[in-house]
Amino acid sequence: MRAPWEIGIPPSEITPESVWLSRRRWLRQAALGSLALGAGGLARAVPADGLEGAVLEAPRDARWSTDESPNRWKDITTYNNFYEFGTGKGDPAEYAGRMRLEPWTVRIDGAVRKPMTLDVDALRRLAPLEERVYRLRCVEAWSMVVPWTGYSLSHLLRQVEPTADARYVVFTTALQPDAMPGVAAGVLDWPYVEGLRMDEAMHPLALLTFGVYGRVLPPQNGAPLRVVVPWKYGFKSAKSLVGIHLQAEPPVTSWMRAAPREYGFYANVNPAVPHPRWSQETERRIGAGFFAPRLPTQPFNGYAESVAGLYAGMDLARNF
Amino acid sequence: MGARAAGMQSAAPGAGARRPRPGGGRLLGVCIHACGLFPLLRWFALGAAGGLGANPQEFLTRSSGIWALALLWATLAVTPARRLGWTSLLRHRRKLGLYAFFYTVLHVLAWAVWDRGGVPAAMWEDLWRRDFIGVGALAVLCLVPLALTSTQGWMRRLGRGWKRLHTLVYPAAALSVLHFDWMRAGKNDFLEPRLYALVLALLLAARLPGWWRGWRTARRGAPGSQG
Repeated sequence: MRAPWEIGIPPSEITPESVWLSRRRWLRQAALGSLALGAGGLARAVPADGLEGAVLEAPRDARWSTDESPNRWKDITTYNNFYEFGTGKGDPAEYAGRMRLEPWTVRIDGAVRKPMTLDVDALRRLAPLEERVYRLRCVEAWSMVVPWTGYSLSHLLRQVEPTADARYVVFTTALQPDAMPGVAAGVLDWPYVEGLRMDEAMHPLALLTFGVYGRVLPPQNGAPLRVVVPWKYGFKSAKSLVGIHLQAEPPVTSWMRAAPREYGFYANVNPAVPHPRWSQETERRIGAGFFAPRLPTQPFNGYAESVAGLYAGMDLARNF
Repeated sequence: MGARAAGMQSAAPGAGARRPRPGGGRLLGVCIHACGLFPLLRWFALGAAGGLGANPQEFLTRSSGIWALALLWATLAVTPARRLGWTSLLRHRRKLGLYAFFYTVLHVLAWAVWDRGGVPAAMWEDLWRRDFIGVGALAVLCLVPLALTSTQGWMRRLGRGWKRLHTLVYPAAALSVLHFDWMRAGKNDFLEPRLYALVLALLLAARLPGWWRGWRTARRGAPGSQG
């Protein structure tokens, strides 16, 4: 039997075209036709309309970029999960501007020979910036395509010279209770903690990210820097980092602590492993339009070719 | 017509409900229609202004669910309102109930088309695999016969049974709020569902004196029935 991640087939082969077409037809004719409201309001705006913030341009890295068209700036910056600012999708855009971004330093320590505390400028200069257009698949079964700016996290990790004990990397997000209205709500234990296995963190796709759409990250997207791990569900990509800690033991992440049955350490995008409260087989591409069919979700979010090898021999249903 | 129907359903028929109230009743009816259509018009207005957000499907799915719930609660508020003296509302209960059902249908369609891709097998699987979907489906099953038998003709045909059938509104309400609560379980974000549960508890508690009186009357009327 093949493990789920071995199914590295493109979406067009997962759903036969005839079925796909008939679904589209069905959807068009659905009784909700009357709800095709707001066609005017939803009309395609230029994706990069309304860019804000300081310019942070970098050449596109074609090797790691998808050629799917990116979502609109407006969608990327107004539809966010950043629970420190509230659980509503619009809360981060509304409140994250309160976050104090200066001074900002990141402490990198633990199982390393050269622990460091670096400010954002030093971090940005550490390696050449690249633009990477990644798919982003949220555990809530929606997805976007986002042009990030950053460099592979491995550049930073090599600088601190990990020791043999460095088997896991733990990311800690900023905690500013007076600026973060969601912190009092007690949805999660704060600060938000995420983690990767060392080999995952060293994979070139794992991006230390400073910008989006050629601009510095807006606060709601994780300013001033975050990680982006495109083959995992979005919550693994911790935002607004203040600490990177290398250690021998696997960390207990915020979501594992809050709902161990629903969120595991790996959280690799996997259509074969449903979330307890919804299926992960398909996803809604944000911005695709009212009656666009859902897309089949791809193993490892379409990055199986590059990352499936990291999990060879592992039972991905158990290590979800 | 509405007044008669409402009188049949209430435990103690209020004479006030039968008194004709020209003018006032019609104005109230217009207000009820305005309330019932407000969510729909709001969606169109938001849609035209590009205000449905990045994920309009999710917005409409949630909004239709919330409005179905709110209008069902409004329907259940008619009896307590009558007890507080607002008797003219009784004749409009059917409208409120049918609007609640209308948004319920839209909510189910939104789930079927936008969440399950219009694929029956995917819907069926969702019903059995996910508690909050199953509970929501049960609530809808309770509401369907109520909507179908809401006409004057069905009221006549079912007689006393109509009132008994329409007590299904209580399990429908309880299951709906459970559906809402379980849906939010993942985010530990229970404020709204618990508020709805609280209001439902109050609406049901307001009925207790009436039910108690009805039960005692029934016992006195049929002494042998309690053994």
